[in-house]
Amino acid sequence: MPAVDTGSTAWMLVSTALVLFMTPGLALFYAGMVRRKNVLSSTMHSLFAMGLVSVIWAVIGYTLAFGGDHGGVIGGLSHLGLDGVVGAVTGTGSSAIPTSVFAMYQGMFAIITVGLISGAVAERMKFRAFVAFAALWSLLVYSPLAHWVWGGGWLQKLGALDFAGGTVVHIASAAAALAAALMLGKRKGYGTEELRPHNVPMSVLGAGILWFGWFGFNAGSALGSGQLAGSACLATNLSAAAGMLAWSATEVLTGRKPTVLGAASGAVAGLVGITPAAGFVGPMPALAIGAITGCLCYFGLRLKSRFGFDDALDVVGVHGVGGATGAILTGVFASVAVNSAGANGLLYGGGLALLGKQLVGVGATIAFSLIVSAIILKCIDLTIGLRVDVESEATGLDVAEHAETGYEF
Amino acid sequence: MKKIEAVIKPHKLDEVKEALQALGVSGMTVYEVKGFGRQKGHTEVYRGNEYTVDFVPKTKIEIVVDDDLAPKVEQAIVDAARTDRIGDGKVFTFDCEGAVRIRTGERGSEAL
Repeated sequence: MPAVDTGSTAWMLVSTALVLFMTPGLALFYAGMVRRKNVLSSTMHSLFAMGLVSVIWAVIGYTLAFGGDHGGVIGGLSHLGLDGVVGAVTGTGSSAIPTSVFAMYQGMFAIITVGLISGAVAERMKFRAFVAFAALWSLLVYSPLAHWVWGGGWLQKLGALDFAGGTVVHIASAAAALAAALMLGKRKGYGTEELRPHNVPMSVLGAGILWFGWFGFNAGSALGSGQLAGSACLATNLSAAAGMLAWSATEVLTGRKPTVLGAASGAVAGLVGITPAAGFVGPMPALAIGAITGCLCYFGLRLKSRFGFDDALDVVGVHGVGGATGAILTGVFASVAVNSAGANGLLYGGGLALLGKQLVGVGATIAFSLIVSAIILKCIDLTIGLRVDVESEATGLDVAEHAETGYEF
Repeated sequence: MKKIEAVIKPHKLDEVKEALQALGVSGMTVYEVKGFGRQKGHTEVYRGNEYTVDFVPKTKIEIVVDDDLAPKVEQAIVDAARTDRIGDGKVFTFDCEGAVRIRTGERGSEAL
């Protein structure tokens, strides 16, 4: 077996665990924001994805994303069932790591992307339908997108930059969330009843875990231990911090009190924004990206009431707006001084070239995810049905779909 | 016997309890409730959405006492629970037809 760099391998093993941890973190973040009677149902979406997508990724998802290339559109089946993965090496020199670690690491991204979508369908989607959707989506949308952006596909060849998944993870999940929210319809009581968070401390704990794990998400996307991981780590923290401050400031400047849920959401928004940019920008641009994203996402929450769709947990407002903002700002702030494998953005002498490629990436991701998601959802609706019945929605999905109660008091 | 129910502000519970114990009241049951009368609720904001919260947290006390003690108990609660601000609560008095101590089977005033 060819040699791997033990430092990079150790870091990537840790990063794999960090990104996995983000999924239960997301579960807590979301669960705290739904009503008590649906706390388990919301948790189950993220939890079950850890099992379901892990298996699908290993059997076929990985190879479709990273197993060779067909026309820049999709990978092949050379690594079906992870064939040839154990013992192989990905990367070179000080970034040489076992392919098994690379494959696992990438799989963790597939898992959490599916979990993110669940925010839009909370409190009214049939669990069976969610499972079917998760399985099909990870194969038909996630793997192709991962291939386009990281696996040798056309967006990568074009030169669009996405360090850790602003498009593949955040925009893709937001587009799917939009399709799902539109097709599922609004929750009963939306606009008339109080559909408010039942456990804000739980959401804060979840946000904290997300921030912690995001170091693996972004700095781990350096795919090795070294300067690039360091700068990505730095950018990640600064953007989270700026995002939080910007959101809280926006709350106060619009005449409201600074809320805990807002501060936590601001940090998450900053983290979303820096995701595509983490390994390409310096620390001060990272602050700017966090601040801009935090502020824009605050207003992004209004999209759902403006356009009349029930995106229960603001996947579009935070991950859609945040991912797109970050991807576009990458085209502004990227610098080859930070990462020679990147490009120069608008403010670093690159002109509009990179910015144009970023826009292509954003647009292509939105279109592809939105359309294919809609088709998958329609097929599921025609067969299993997407939404629970009125009675179940009123009782709560914990009891209706899982025969469980979240709290005994 | 009379049953006295009082809805009071939660932070007044200790004072009310001490005032009742000073009168010789030997027991009480306490609930956490929510409600409103003339006291208005407030607005909470989550993720930019405003929610009007009408119900205010209150504490409800229930006691059963002999008829002659009831007026003193009612007044003691009123004095101890008053803050002179809206939302102080109310005291209600009902007739109680029967009482039994479960352990011993004592009935009526013996059970109180």
